[in-house]
Order: sequence, then C-alpha cells, then structure tokens
Amino acid sequence: MKLELRAITKRFGSLTANDAVDLVVEPGEIHALLGENGAGKSTLMNVLYGLYQPDEGQILIDDKPTTFAGPGDAMAAGIGMVHQHFMLIPVFTVTENVMLGHEQINPLGFLARRRARRGVAEISRRYGLDVPPDALVGDLPVGVQQRVEILKALSRDAELLVLDEPTAVLTPQETQELITVMRALRDGGTSIVFISHKLHEVREIADRITVIRRGKVVGSPEPSASSGDLAALMVGRPVQLVVDKTPASPAETVLEVRELSIISPQGVVLVDSVSFDVHAGEIYAIAGVQGNGQTEVTEALVGLVIPTSGEIVIEGRRVTTLTTDEVLELGVGYVPEDRLHDGLVGSFSVAENLVLDMYDKPPFASRGSLNLDEIDRNADLRVQEFDVRTPSAQASAGTLSGGNQQKVVLARELSRPLKLLIVAQPTRGLDVGSMEFVHRRIVEERDKGTAVVLVSTELDEVLGLADRIAVMYRGKIAGEVPPGTPAEQIGLLMAGSSAQDAAADAPTSDTGTGNPETGEAV
Amino acid sequence: MTATLAKGPPADDSPTPPERINPPWWRRALDGYLYGNQFVVTLLSFLCALVFGAFLIALADQPTRSALGYFFQAPSDTFSRAWTAISAGYSALFRGSIFNTDSLYSNGGVPLFDPLSNTLVNAAPLILGGLAVAVAFRAGLFNIGVQGQLIMGAICAGYVGFKWHLPAGIHLIVALLAGILGGAIWGGIVGLLKAKTGAHEVITTIMLNYVAFYFLGYLLTLKGFQAPNSTEATTSPIDSTARLPNLFQHVHSGLIIAVVAAVGCWWLLSRSTLGFSIKAIGQNPFAARTAGMKVERGYITVMIIAGALAGLVGCSQVLGTRQVLTQDVDAGFGFDAITVALLGRGSPIGTVLAGLLFGAFRAGGVTMGAQTTTPPDVVSVMEPVMVLFIAAPALIRGIFRLRASQGGGGGAAALAKGWNG
Repeated sequence: MKLELRAITKRFGSLTANDAVDLVVEPGEIHALLGENGAGKSTLMNVLYGLYQPDEGQILIDDKPTTFAGPGDAMAAGIGMVHQHFMLIPVFTVTENVMLGHEQINPLGFLARRRARRGVAEISRRYGLDVPPDALVGDLPVGVQQRVEILKALSRDAELLVLDEPTAVLTPQETQELITVMRALRDGGTSIVFISHKLHEVREIADRITVIRRGKVVGSPEPSASSGDLAALMVGRPVQLVVDKTPASPAETVLEVRELSIISPQGVVLVDSVSFDVHAGEIYAIAGVQGNGQTEVTEALVGLVIPTSGEIVIEGRRVTTLTTDEVLELGVGYVPEDRLHDGLVGSFSVAENLVLDMYDKPPFASRGSLNLDEIDRNADLRVQEFDVRTPSAQASAGTLSGGNQQKVVLARELSRPLKLLIVAQPTRGLDVGSMEFVHRRIVEERDKGTAVVLVSTELDEVLGLADRIAVMYRGKIAGEVPPGTPAEQIGLLMAGSSAQDAAADAPTSDTGTGNPETGEAV
Repeated sequence: MTATLAKGPPADDSPTPPERINPPWWRRALDGYLYGNQFVVTLLSFLCALVFGAFLIALADQPTRSALGYFFQAPSDTFSRAWTAISAGYSALFRGSIFNTDSLYSNGGVPLFDPLSNTLVNAAPLILGGLAVAVAFRAGLFNIGVQGQLIMGAICAGYVGFKWHLPAGIHLIVALLAGILGGAIWGGIVGLLKAKTGAHEVITTIMLNYVAFYFLGYLLTLKGFQAPNSTEATTSPIDSTARLPNLFQHVHSGLIIAVVAAVGCWWLLSRSTLGFSIKAIGQNPFAARTAGMKVERGYITVMIIAGALAGLVGCSQVLGTRQVLTQDVDAGFGFDAITVALLGRGSPIGTVLAGLLFGAFRAGGVTMGAQTTTPPDVVSVMEPVMVLFIAAPALIRGIFRLRASQGGGGGAAALAKGWNG
C-alpha cells in the first residue's frame, strides 16, 4: 500500500502541531519518523489513524484521497497501529486478544476459538512472529506482548503498520528481535512507519527517514547519515552525543555495599550477595538487562526495601535499616527509574514536586506550616536553572513531557547538598536534547565531588558516563570492568557469560563496532 | 501527546523563561462554563436535581396524577396542577430552611430567623461529618465510618456529660475532649489496620459502624448508662455545665466548632506540612514513599484526624442538639456526611457550602412534609441525585453541551481513586 500525506495541518488552539506536513510511504518500505518529544509525530499519526481530523491537507491511499472519521475507517483501509502503551487484556490469552473486536461465531453460537487460533498460528508462522497462542498475555514479557499487538494489526489485514516508539519499553535483545520482525514484515510487502527518537535504531532499520521539528518536516536525510547529523536536524542545533568529561578523580569511599542480598517474600533471590564501593567524585555504573536486581539494589540503598542480609554503609555509618527520609537526610539524592510512578506526584504542581522530599524542612516549612512563598521562589529558580518547559510552576507535573518531568526530578534532587547521588534509568524515554542535558548535570554533580551510582540498561549511556562499570546478571555482579571496555564484552556479561569468558570471547566477536559515539553497540 | 502540546512550542536556541498565562477574568469565567469547571458542574447538578425533584413532586401529587389520567383530553390540567404542587413544595422548602415570609405578615407567627436557625443546627454536624470524610479522602481513604466514629464520640462525650459532675467550663471542655478521643480511637483503629495489615478501609469502617451501633445499644441497657427509673433506652440528660451554649434561637455553639474545624482543615490541607504529605500519599503513595514520607503513619494520622472530626459530630449531637444519649444519636448524619463531602469535592470550603445546603434541605424537608402533601422523602432523594450528577460529570456535560474539561473529570476520577486506594 502506498500512503501519502499531503500538507497535513493540525492546530490545537494557538499551537500548530503539524504544519503542512508531507509524507510519502512507499509499499514495502520502513519509513522512520524522527523527532523530539512534542515535535508532532504522534499528532500526525493520530491524524492518519482517524483519531484527529486534519484542519488542512489530504490523506491519499494508493493515490486515492481518503478521509477517516475514526480508527475503524483507518483499520478498514488497512492501517494498523501499535501504540506505545499496549491495548491488550492481560487476563485473556493471545488468541482471545487477537480475536477481540472481530469475534467470529461457529454454527452453534460459540466463539470460533479454534479457527482464530489457527489464524494466529498462520500469521505468526508467515512473519516469524513467535508467540504462544494459548498463553495469558499478562504472563508474557513486554517484547512478546508487543508482538501480539503487531499480530493483532496483521490479523486485521493491515498493509501499513504504524509503530509508535516501539523500542521505548524493550530491552536491547528484544529490540533486536523486533528489528528482525520488522525486516520480515517489510520483505513480505508491509509498509511500516516507525516513530522513534533513538538514532541508532533509525539508522539501522529505516529505508527512508523524515525528520520533524516543531510540527514541520525539516529534512529527509539518508539512513547513512551520521548520528550527529540526524540529532542536529532533529534538535535544530548541533548536539553533543557524548558527554565531555575529564577522567574521574576519586576521593574517599562514600558508599560501601557488603554482601547485600534481597529475597522476595515469595522466596525468589532478587539480589545475591552484591558488594561494591563507590568513591566521592566518580560515577559507578551498574549495567544489565532490566530485571536482574538493579532496581532492588537502588531501592535498598535508599531504604525503600529492607535487605534480607548484608550491609550498606554511607560515610562510615551503617544505614541498612534506616528509613528513606533518614537516608535522604544524610545527603543522598535519588532519581527513581519510573519517574511518574515513584518520582513525581502527577497531580501536584511543578512547584510542589520540586520540594516533595524537602517540604517539611526549612526554608520551605517552619513549625509544621508550609512557606508557600519560599516554595514558589524555589520553583521559579529551579524551572529557570534546569530549563523546565512548563506553562507555569503551578501547572501539574503530569502534564509535562517526559523530559521535563525528569528535569523536575533532577532539579529537586540536585538542589540539596549531596554526598551520594543514585540515578536509575535517567534518560529512559527522553529525547536527544534532554538526554544531553541530563548527562551533563550528572557529570557536573560528579565533578562537585559527589559519589554517583548510575543504573542503566542503555549501554551507550553506561559507556558514556561511567568511571567504573559493574554488570548485574541474575542478582549477582557478573563482573566489574573499567571504562573503555568494548561494548560487546559488556554485552556478553549482560547476557550471563562470566567475566573471563566475556574477555576471551570479545575479540573474536565481529558483531557491532562497540563505538559509543554512534551508539551501534549490541 | 496532547499533554505535551499544551506547553507550547519548545524553544530551540535560547532557554526562554517560562511564560505565565494569565487570561482576563471574563475569559476564565467563559472557559469555566465552556469546559465545565467543578463549580459550574456542581451548580448545574444542583439545577438538575431540582428539576428531578420537581418531577417527583408532581408524580407524588394526587391531583396531578388524576389529571394525568386524561392527559390527552386536557394536557393543561396536568401542567397547571403539577405547577401548583411543585411551587407549593419548593416554596415550603424555602420557608422551612431560609426565610419564612408568613412571619412578616402575622403576629405570633414563626420567628423570622427560625427557619435559618433550623438550617444551621442541621448544618453543623453535616459540616463536621463532611470534613471527616473529606480529610480522609485527600489521603486516598474512603471513610464510610463516620457513623461509628460519631457514635463512639457521642458515647464518650455523653458519659462525661451526665456522669461526671465537673465545674462549669471545665466540664464542657472535658466532655468535648472525651468525644474527640472516642472518635479518634475508632478512626485510628481503621488507620492502624490499614497500615499494618493492608485491610481495606471501606470494609473495616463499615464493620466498625455495626460494632459501634450495637455497642451503644448494649450500653443503654446497662445500669450506669440507662437513666434511673426509665424504661426507655436513654441516658439521663447531660449536665447543664456540659452543654454547648446557645448562640441565638436554638442554634448551639456546635456551629462555631464546625466553622473552626473547617478553617482548621483548610489550614491542614493547604498550608501545613502534614497536609502536604497527606495529599501526596493520597495522590501517589509510591512517590510519597520514595520522597521519604511515611505512608503507613500517614494513614493512621489521617484516620485519627477524621475520627476526631466525626467525634465532634457526636459531641454536637449529644451535648448540643439532643442533650441526651439515645440509640438514634447519629440521626443519619454519618451517611449524609459522605454525600456532603462528595458534593463539596473533598475541599473544606466546598464541604461547608454543601453542609449548609443539605442542612437547608433537612430543615426545609420537615416543613414541606408538614405543610404540603408532598412527602419529605423527595428531598432525601434529591441529595443523592445531585451527587450522582456530580460523580458523572460527562452526564452534565452532555445535558448542557459543555466541552470536555482539559483537566478531565476531577470528581469521577477522584471517586474512582478513592475506591482503589
């Protein structure tokens, strides 16, 4: 199917979200739509999917002008959309989810499950989409759930798939699997619109790229263009993809973790006797695939989880059993990995969120009473200092974009005098511009002499920031390596090889270049 | 996506200071109408409830019903009789709650401010009870237990009131403190169970309501409690030293307690550090915990405060309105409190206004029942109908063709949240 969007304009009040956007997707091509958060990518796709009506412009399918009154029309025309947040029912099986909304009935009036199941198996075989048709969706890993979404679209005879930031929720391995699936789909003749702001993925898979900035198409670079060029086009100015940093000058030990073990109430060993030290003025990165115990380690460090055994010592003081507020009081800053779930109160204003863990301390409070003037002054200061893009400090934090939410959390944590900063997945879901900013602030904090623990699943981020790197695998530290270690060696550790094996295997491996600058590792 | 669009086009080069959008008042008023802000939706819900009540009055009216029998021969009969019934009903409601026009023309009639004082006497416990629900609500807890908490407060305050004979002044204060303590303990148990075992507060509060109700029934059969030489389940009257002094007419100083409590709750929720943490816990307990707040302790604290407020309802009843402790001391205020808090949308100011409105309904409903043929139950139906409209703001928007609010249905979202908490 050939899709053409001609001069699509969509306005929201005074804001023009899409300004005369042209886009042509040829049959059987992967067309990447690249742009920062809020550039208008999702608006454009919602126009295409019939969720919004364009104020001006035309949608042409196979050169015939079409209008979509709603997603039903778009689906009937062969357009399938895979949203960033899955629209699946967790207690249904894969087959049931796929047939949902298009249930067919057998002559006895029962649901034609077997026929649907055959259909699922058929599509899944044709495109190499490996899904268990009878498994409950809630039991499946995120990557497989996404495949179910794709399968759902394909089962409705979609000839053009829109994937909205599909890799944001995936681990590196799952991303690779998705890329394989996308290639298979393309080779089978399906057109794909791939929305992303991750440069290396776009460069790896796209046949054509359209860059959108502030609602306008600003260029169609070749996929062979460098990451730096793509980023510059996307952001509108040259972007530094690699943080400028001097070698660390580690001083005294700030954090000591000794034989830390955490066992869940169900008896699962989440963290298995982990030990490490972090010194003032260095960034200690903990890499690893999501779900290998990193989250639990950070939560134990700030007293959110009481470890089963082991010790945590900050500046010589045993803090293992302290409560979270006592730990924070010691000068620990914490940026949790899920900012909207753990870092912010979405319905609170930006100003309130900026004092969320200091609201009861001077100067923001005296004798149990809030000092609203001081809270507002602090907010104005931090909003300016961290360039938080918000209509006002009184706007609720939940309405901000991901990058700006993260800036609010960072601004709050960095506005206290810190000895130890713990940041988990600091740039997850952020665009290139915000990423650069966050990285710079973390390095600045290190240079002030703060000990930094960075937990990240993004290898580029780990390689770009870390002064020492630990890799966690199944609750254990699989190995500790110096910065500059080749990416594939770390990748092997993340996949469970032992440190010696990884070092031995890495040189013979010829996959990837391990260059953090272009971010093509793993 | 739409959320990020609202912040305006991002600047590329120079970091621009955040612009403040401050539209003129008329623009805000218009937007308030167009997007159906909370106040407008509440007002329109009131209007809808009045219209709904009018239908009920007409349907309950015998002449109207018989005219309906030959509606197609003479439809005007139905309308004129319905109009007579509705206007009589609503004007009785008004006379009974706000201002009795009869008193202007006849000597020895009802005193001018009698209706209004009836309203205020009813409003005081409604406001206090509403606050007990509203404060807990802000911490994400649905306090269905005002009834039980107020009964425990009434038992404690009443016991001190008729049993202990203390000097004037001190007696009242001790009785009030006892009432507060009784309610606070009953509420605190709920908070403790929630914090320590995760027991859902809706279930525990409902169960504790039963416990308190039958505990009172049991006490009223005991020697020390039941009035000597009485066969009724009632205590001796409260000592005059422990009674809430009268302000004017028969309005007792429970009203002052309610106003002070409302101001206190306003301060608590919008100016205090405790209120800040309560709201944070209510909106996102995970983020609150991550920021170092003690979520469990917050649940206990807020339920103690809510229970104390409910205990004051008991005080107002037993030391003010009734001046004796009986089985029906709660007078249904425990459950009306929930409706009041919902109508007031969990804010202290809203709760005061809602308490006054429902107080007026209670007072006017009595007059309506006495002076017209309309059953006073119509008023009791209008109250929940109003809250139903508020809980389903989409309904109001549909009726009045308002555009969807940018903030979303605050009331409905808050309600749903309360249950999930």
